[in-house]
Amino acid sequence: MASNTDSEGAPSPGAPARPPLPAGRFAGTGSLGGQLLKTALLGLFTALGVWAVLPLYVADNWWGIGLVVAVVGLVYWVYLSGRTVPAKYLLPGVLFLTAFQILPVLYTMSTSVTNLSDGHRGDKEQAIAAIEAFSVTRDPDSPEYTLTVATMGDPETGELAFLLTDAGDEAYVGTAEGLDTLSGAEVDPASGKVTDAFGYTVLTPAEVNARSADLQEFAVPTDSGAGIRSSGLSSAFEGSATRVYDEDCDCVTDTESGAVYHADDERGAFYNEEGERLAQGWQVGVGLDNFARFLLNPTFASSFFGILLWNVAFAASVTFLVFVVGLAVALTLHVPRLRGRALYRILVVLPYAMSSLAMYLLWRDMFNTDFGLFNRMLGLQVDWLGDAWSARAAVILANVWLGYPYMFLVATGALQAIPRELGQAAQIDGAGPWQAFRNVTLPLLMVAMTPILIATFAFNFNNFNAVWLISKGGPFSPDNPTAGATDLLITYTYRLAFNEATAQYGYAAALSVMIFVIVSVISVVSLSRSKALQEVDR
Amino acid sequence: MTVDTPAARAPHRRGAATRFALWAKRLGWRHAVMWLVAAFALFPVLFVVSAALNPLGTLSSAQLWPTGASLANAADLFRNTPFATWYGNSLFFAVSNAAITVLLSALAAYAFSRMRFKGRRVGLIGLLVIQMFPQFLAIVAIYLMFTNIGEYYPAIGFDTRWGLLLVYLGGALSINTWLMKGFFDTVPKELDESAQMDGASHAQVFFRIMLPLVTPVLAIVGLLVFISTINEFLMASVFLRDTETKTLGLGLYQLVASQRNANFGMFAVGAIMLSLPTLAVFWFLQRYITEGLTSGAVKG
Repeated sequence: MASNTDSEGAPSPGAPARPPLPAGRFAGTGSLGGQLLKTALLGLFTALGVWAVLPLYVADNWWGIGLVVAVVGLVYWVYLSGRTVPAKYLLPGVLFLTAFQILPVLYTMSTSVTNLSDGHRGDKEQAIAAIEAFSVTRDPDSPEYTLTVATMGDPETGELAFLLTDAGDEAYVGTAEGLDTLSGAEVDPASGKVTDAFGYTVLTPAEVNARSADLQEFAVPTDSGAGIRSSGLSSAFEGSATRVYDEDCDCVTDTESGAVYHADDERGAFYNEEGERLAQGWQVGVGLDNFARFLLNPTFASSFFGILLWNVAFAASVTFLVFVVGLAVALTLHVPRLRGRALYRILVVLPYAMSSLAMYLLWRDMFNTDFGLFNRMLGLQVDWLGDAWSARAAVILANVWLGYPYMFLVATGALQAIPRELGQAAQIDGAGPWQAFRNVTLPLLMVAMTPILIATFAFNFNNFNAVWLISKGGPFSPDNPTAGATDLLITYTYRLAFNEATAQYGYAAALSVMIFVIVSVISVVSLSRSKALQEVDR
Repeated sequence: MTVDTPAARAPHRRGAATRFALWAKRLGWRHAVMWLVAAFALFPVLFVVSAALNPLGTLSSAQLWPTGASLANAADLFRNTPFATWYGNSLFFAVSNAAITVLLSALAAYAFSRMRFKGRRVGLIGLLVIQMFPQFLAIVAIYLMFTNIGEYYPAIGFDTRWGLLLVYLGGALSINTWLMKGFFDTVPKELDESAQMDGASHAQVFFRIMLPLVTPVLAIVGLLVFISTINEFLMASVFLRDTETKTLGLGLYQLVASQRNANFGMFAVGAIMLSLPTLAVFWFLQRYITEGLTSGAVKG
């Protein structure tokens, strides 16, 4: 992929001095095949750019179009210019890194200072539309629809949608955004219910029941002041709103009770005189409130610091135990002429070669109270994962099982690099085997092992699978159902964002940022002691 | 380190008991320890194999030692779940992420190892720093980003393969790039310099000279990425919510979450199937493993 202009460009700054060659550093023009491939790839990338621009153009998103054009332009510049040789190699990886790691990190930081959550998702206008649609009550002459409840995507988590047919058998689809006509739907002529519609999953009565809580809060906004709500599982009505927004006072008035809810732009919701709020709010910045809650609010601070303490203890004890077991096994096998060593090695490394995800689930089931292997073999009825300390021990045990083979492999490699004569010389000088190991072998071993121990610690500090797949962070004490005894910070974050009745993205993002900070501190301290940074200048 | 001069002097006088004592002191205890460790290592594996073969297919009837052999669980798994789709999804993510990550990482490592340019030092340190922010910590932001992206481009939104693959590729440049750069540094510069003198372009040097010489590190990075992708749960669980789009790991989780006792036999078959690719990759790459791991890769 060299271009012939390379010969004109000076070697990159700082390049090792070498006698100038007639054709510069990279003389060749590359093969014909290479040039063709390069042209083809650039063409493909351009096509991708056009594909990316189309939906943005339809939505009038000029910022997005500008971004796409800038990225395509950057790619063209890098691969057609002769002076950007290092960039030709770095750009593909850096583009992905920027889009899906650096930007999300920055976005996490900006989310962490907002109240983004289920009740505070969109902007104020969307909140008002939702409030008005939700307050719809039936008038005597309300239009009725036959209702089929459906979702977009998964029946359990997908967004709800109402598939509606009116008296004239016209089909509509209602979502949180509004009402639209539905074409190509299959309607059962007897009941008038929609049986199949492209892009929607029709729910069975059992699935509808499972989502009845969501259904209670769901309404389809129609023209101003009106909306469609369900009454029962198979009919819906359109009515007028009892709660109406008035722009002049920036408030919502409930025409039935006469209560007035004023907008509070600091908290992002409508509040009445008594301090009661309407469920639908909007997203506002809250500064450092999210962080303050975890550090200062007594309930949350005690769960946060409790989890942090266990998190450090978990990572430290797993790291220590896998190191001890792995090293012990490596030392046991580190002897000439041990029969069956190859077989032992394979058997001992086996846990590392199994799928860790499946093995965590297996360990969880072995600890099962009623059917688990341990209880049946020992004839017990212990609820291993139901008690805080036995659950912690179980999580650690499973991780030692999965983790020690790696340490064994690494320690074996490190032991082989240490000349055997050193230990023998110490023994000739009168040291016992333990002394020789403690004072000669171990210090040499630690030079190679320290960076790996730090990496293992950092890995286990955020080892989501280890806890989530075995105990889901539980057991939970009755007075604090959000923070469990084996919760790591990362599983706690995950639960706040994706596994609670109301998703609390703002708090979850603030927790993520705090994990960033904690891991950074640990890494900076440990990195400054390792040699890794010196390699940069090599 | 047992002193064996007496034995050399009078071998015929040593009885069987003494010989056994010597053997036990020098090697015997090692065998005993290894039997113990091997038992610890093997029993869950044995249990999962025996549960997979167990004709009853429940958790409560599974024994440590196989009591019967039947393929009923495997047949159930194929009949009652979209197993083939799940498996295909898992392999798709693991193979494509490993292959593309190796390519992107090797490209970057070549630049960092062989070229001197403005921003090289910052780039290398930046790669280390970004390691402190594991991608999955930003999952909330990634989720919110893809809620918007999915509206514009349904092809890379939730419940699609390409969306999650793109996210995985965001982690392509990582500590693995450092690992590769370290290995590239050990290849003598004279090799590519002489090729350049002979008229090779930088791309030809990279593809024809460097890559064949650094195969071990490519293999080990590929292995690590393959393993971590096939075992990835967090981001996959947020992205893939449709039963049809799930990976095998998510599918197995769902399987035992609903019916833990009854579905255990099917789960055990699935667990073995999920481990097979990893075992195979290990088997083929075993000669690289110790070497590659000791250079500082991360797992467990």
